[in-house]
Amino acid sequence: MSKGVAVTGMGIISSIGNNLEENYQSLVSEKQGISKIKKIKTIHKNVIKVGEIDYTNNELVTLLGLSDSNNYSRTAMLGELAAKEAVKNANITDINKYRTGLISATSVGGMDMTEKFYYSQFKETKNRKYIASHDAGDTSKKIAESLGITGFVSTISTACSSSANAIMLGARLIKAGKIDRVIVGGSDCLSKFTINGFKTLMILSETDCKPFDENRTGLNLGEAAAFLVLESDEVVKNENKKVLAYVSGYANANDAYHQTASSENGEGATLAMQKALKIAKIKPTEIDYINAHGTATPNNDHSESSALINVFGANVPDFSSTKAYTGHTLAAAAAIEAVYSILAIQNEIIFPNLNFETPITDTLLVPKTEVTKKEIQHVLSNSFGFGGNCSTLIFSKA
Amino acid sequence: MENLKQELKAKIIENLNLEDFKVEDIDDNDSLFGDGLGLDSIDALELIVMLDKDYGIKISDPKKGKDIFESIQTMAQFIMDNKTK
Amino acid sequence: MAHCYINGIGCVSAQDTSDYKTFLENQFELTENVVHVHKPNYRDYIKPAMSRRMANGVKNGVVAATLALREAGIENPEAIITGTGMGCTIDSGKFLKNIVENDEQFLTPTSFIQSTHNTVGGQIALGLKCKAYNVTYVHNATSFETSLIDALLMIKDNETNILVGGIDEIGDYSLSLHQLVGYVKEQDTLANGLLNSNSSGVVYGEGAQFFALENQKKTTTYAELVDVEIYDSIAKNDVEAKLIQFLKTNNLDVSDLDLVVLGNNGDIDFDPIYNDLQNSLLKDTQQIYYKQLSGEYLTVSSFGLWIASQICKTQDVPEFLKLNSKKVTTIKNILLYNQYKGESHSFTLLCSC
Repeated sequence: MSKGVAVTGMGIISSIGNNLEENYQSLVSEKQGISKIKKIKTIHKNVIKVGEIDYTNNELVTLLGLSDSNNYSRTAMLGELAAKEAVKNANITDINKYRTGLISATSVGGMDMTEKFYYSQFKETKNRKYIASHDAGDTSKKIAESLGITGFVSTISTACSSSANAIMLGARLIKAGKIDRVIVGGSDCLSKFTINGFKTLMILSETDCKPFDENRTGLNLGEAAAFLVLESDEVVKNENKKVLAYVSGYANANDAYHQTASSENGEGATLAMQKALKIAKIKPTEIDYINAHGTATPNNDHSESSALINVFGANVPDFSSTKAYTGHTLAAAAAIEAVYSILAIQNEIIFPNLNFETPITDTLLVPKTEVTKKEIQHVLSNSFGFGGNCSTLIFSKA
Repeated sequence: MENLKQELKAKIIENLNLEDFKVEDIDDNDSLFGDGLGLDSIDALELIVMLDKDYGIKISDPKKGKDIFESIQTMAQFIMDNKTK
Repeated sequence: MAHCYINGIGCVSAQDTSDYKTFLENQFELTENVVHVHKPNYRDYIKPAMSRRMANGVKNGVVAATLALREAGIENPEAIITGTGMGCTIDSGKFLKNIVENDEQFLTPTSFIQSTHNTVGGQIALGLKCKAYNVTYVHNATSFETSLIDALLMIKDNETNILVGGIDEIGDYSLSLHQLVGYVKEQDTLANGLLNSNSSGVVYGEGAQFFALENQKKTTTYAELVDVEIYDSIAKNDVEAKLIQFLKTNNLDVSDLDLVVLGNNGDIDFDPIYNDLQNSLLKDTQQIYYKQLSGEYLTVSSFGLWIASQICKTQDVPEFLKLNSKKVTTIKNILLYNQYKGESHSFTLLCSC
């Protein structure tokens, strides 16, 4: 019986590291990447903190070897860097040796450029090239093209659960035999649009966020990109691939409660976790670590805590939110947290929930607050987004 | 205060796009949220911006909105007590 | 092996598509270069408390979804899968404008919340209190087809009913940018009809089409959705080979096709891709097009599917759709082929049942 869909490569860039190794080192040394915003001019710069990647756009252009005439948004550049690392990590030399696809996820797309050139487009022509790269799909197209993938390419945008759904679709396509190999993940960069959007919802923290803490005041936005390479058992066998972990469970449910807020009892989240466990054919007691959505908003952490108790009862497994490291990276969140989940399995380490002091009064759940050595067979990772989208992934040891 | 209350009713209808309502339909003491006018947490955020923009009152904790926006009466009283514009 | 049937459709388009008969009686070729939908009476379908926040595009999606479910007699679908090429451009344009014009001050949340790409799917779920699988694809002109592929995967995995839709709306800011870069046809080139416009660009349109797919046939069944394939890009001159291959994987040959539904949109730069097929591989197949009625938008192939489904059910091909004079008596196998600006190719296979 198959253990799930094999993960054979990973790539990531976030505010705590420009590649896999750097991310891992930051996680184990509790080095968070939250700071005042540097690259975007916003009136909120002194009242928000973000997880910003160091590279400037010019540096990304150079790193990727793009020409001057390129119309890449920052989202696409971050995505391409991470996707290329994943493909290299999977030791793929001939991308089209097998039926290969790409499923990416984004919420920002090319909005970072659209907002930058809002007025100037009507006065001068030099930045009109970015009009073609505004839509979400264009970021995936660029990544696919850079990798030489021409067949099944798609983009998912379901807010903060986006890349979980991308990973899920990839796994299902492989299981159904529709594709042999698929690069799955997501990318989002910081933008004035999202900063102001979240500001209007009054859920941004002015300080370092405190997931699952009674005194949490909101989230820190972040930017990141991460991709996994999923391959069929046949490809793994033919190419003698090392399997990093398996995607053994996945589920998508809808809270159907409110456009942005999660239900108090976390119904959608509960359904997603239960269904993912069912797909993985494992019991709740078999989960060794949960990488929670844990955005540190009053609403999410309470709702998610309720859902964890619904599913796991009195025995909620060791859990943490890594968003205090990276900020909430929106559509990329599930992808970077998938990478962290697999790193946890590979290195037998639970990464801590930074900045935690006091448990939430109603639920009293206490996350792991220190780097903890533990043998890990199964990790459950949650990602919940606006529009009631609740997605859960389960990764299992190879 | 009467003028302010009428003004608030008109603003609520306009800002929140309550197409089916007229100023006369909203009673001073009608419950704005829940079973009354049926406003929700997103509307509360909209009203917080309106308080800032039109009356110069800044509310930093969205939870405080619940008491302030209980009815037109409570809103008007709060504005009279706190406005800076 | 599970089969997938189209059992209910809702269509909001530039035409009056409240029902097929009305459409046939009133259809007309578009003459404007920017076309909005023929609006349904939104109040009949959406509660004021919800509709007050919705841009018209979102309302169109909710109406189309409601109609599809109603026709199929489904109260709560097991999945809601939406495709949109540009997302909620009206609200994202509004929020962006406010940010820039007011220097980030006094911004209100509604248009931000409504601007997320999955708003339509989310609103449908909220209205139905549907807690099932819900996803939104935003990938150029294959957004809708990816939704169909996902739905087919689910049907084959024993789900019984799925709501799938394609929706795009015209937002003022997006339109103005697209006009700047020549995506929109010049008005005066449309004097002699879409296919004679001899110019680049498209008739800029919008619409929402939703389909209730089930694993069982019903009295309302239009057609069976057999297969869907997408290609992000196809090398020049390779489209024909991909088409043949698609049919082959479904045990068909071009000669088995009774009808092909093409996405000709009057863009002189990219219609040749269709023309090449029309004049060679498909020259003996009955050919129709539909974008002269709907305009072009990234999920317009869902309108094409609406048309194809109606034809499958009625077994009649209206004259005003025809690209050639080939005729068949029975319409069994229908192929739809679409692309946009030479990319995002999709092949969809329907068959009558």
